[in-house]
Amino acid sequence: MRTETIDVLTDYARANPDVMLLTADLGYSVLERFAEALPAQYANVGVCEQAMAGIAAGLALSGRRVALYSIANFPTLRCLEQLRNDVCHHNLPVTVIAVGGGLAYGAQGYTHHGVEDLGIMSMLPNMAVACPADPHEAMALLPQLLERRRPSYLRLGRAGEPILHRSDAEITLGRAVWLRRGADIALLATGPILGRALRAADALASRGISASVASFPTFSPLDASAVHETAQRHRAILTLEEHMVEGGFGSRVAETLLMAGLAPRFGKFGVTDALRGRIGGQSWLLDTLGAVEDHAQALL
Amino acid sequence: MNATDTTALARRLRQHALRMTHRARASHIGSCLSIADLLAVLYGAVLRVDSQQPDWPERDRLIISKGHAAAIVYAALAESGFFPIADLDFYSADGGPLSGHVTKTVPGVELSTGSLGHGLPVAAGMALAAERAGAKWRSFCVLSDGEMDEGSNWEAIQFAQHFRLSNLIAIVDYNKIQSFGSVAEISDLHPLAEKFRAFNWGVHEIDGHDHDALAAALAGPPPLAGRPTAIIAHTIKGKGVSFMEGRLAWHYSSPDAAQLESALAEIEAGE
Repeated sequence: MRTETIDVLTDYARANPDVMLLTADLGYSVLERFAEALPAQYANVGVCEQAMAGIAAGLALSGRRVALYSIANFPTLRCLEQLRNDVCHHNLPVTVIAVGGGLAYGAQGYTHHGVEDLGIMSMLPNMAVACPADPHEAMALLPQLLERRRPSYLRLGRAGEPILHRSDAEITLGRAVWLRRGADIALLATGPILGRALRAADALASRGISASVASFPTFSPLDASAVHETAQRHRAILTLEEHMVEGGFGSRVAETLLMAGLAPRFGKFGVTDALRGRIGGQSWLLDTLGAVEDHAQALL
Repeated sequence: MNATDTTALARRLRQHALRMTHRARASHIGSCLSIADLLAVLYGAVLRVDSQQPDWPERDRLIISKGHAAAIVYAALAESGFFPIADLDFYSADGGPLSGHVTKTVPGVELSTGSLGHGLPVAAGMALAAERAGAKWRSFCVLSDGEMDEGSNWEAIQFAQHFRLSNLIAIVDYNKIQSFGSVAEISDLHPLAEKFRAFNWGVHEIDGHDHDALAAALAGPPPLAGRPTAIIAHTIKGKGVSFMEGRLAWHYSSPDAAQLESALAEIEAGE
């Protein structure tokens, strides 16, 4: 989804000359189109994520909207304090774009696993956090984040993610999207792990269990009304995320339920510390967590 | 303003900062006093800013990366007409507008600072914005010597020379004392000028209390054409109050009533 997203960014920036793209020397074979089309709006600042976040703040304080691009933890955790103080506290129009979120760079090792980013970014002031499941969601969300003219974080997968939505599915920042309507259990997913939720719903159907599936392309602000509605219509909820289950999507859904006095049977499918140090591709690593349908059935 | 006027301004800034830190029982008076002359020359003779239009797009930008010197920065802004001098009485007060580290909500402040190593990258981003827009305004950043330990500064120093940001001026307040002792003992910066030169920056190395030298370095063309400028301002921590000069303790202590009276009198009688 990274190439499609950068294509959208390029078109948006062509129409909006105040938009700049900075990279910390990553994006080979992805960013060239932007760099060649709009050289005055592009800068490769070198391998320096802390400075890149500060430079972005300086540009934004001078009237620019800025997109930052790098891999997984580099434009988030490496420069966390710059994002907190310089970008978010000043409420500046800076959009951090991380590719390889979750376990997309699984076999590259733990340094490249971006599994705390959503929770941490969502704690920063003024920050909107988007975690698209497929290119359709990513392409729809990026312009909405830029239009917001405030800090935001867009967590992308890598390349080759399948399109999971119908082409006319409406993707709105802050809103969940239903892909299946069932009766027994709801599978709520953020990010490309939505594909696993859809496959699990098929498997559950063959076991006589009717599952709903919703995508939450926006991690923060969370669509609380969709969470409330889910609890009212289902006996059980399973959340899915390619992120640590502590402090991530499942935790936010659980908190939203509890604050509303709702208590369905509840489970979280996601990354645990048991995966740290394990080497393998994205699918293999997620497979080690077990089958989603089994986790779901166990809740009923 | 000429040097006589900026010297008088520096005297007032020192007196404000002493009263403010005394009243608030606040720390960092030594760090304030070492940049009194720098701020007086910047606001009195160099910066193109308009206190009636703090957001004037063509203004020069000044970022105080050593945000702990907030008291004297607020004093400089008040003396420059950005807000009433009487407001300085509320420095560090509960519910007040003037926090102990420089805060963007104060008119004339460009960036909230306090965590070291943040200002120079932001100033470099501002310089890049001006350069790409073909604008004439310049971007200044005041750093402490201790904060040169932060790696983010060296990232920005490398970036700024590569992008030929000749509109960027970093001023290092080289007062030789950092948080836990002398710079030489904690993490020696020597030779600092050579470090900047090795990074392709032009360098002025001056007495940071000499107003003519400050004005010449701050207002003049870049010493290395097409590259950013570092002004290494050799200063004395606590400058202007004899019992504070060169003393680490005044990074933390605030003057009591008797010390305040003595300090104000010494500054009033000073050169």
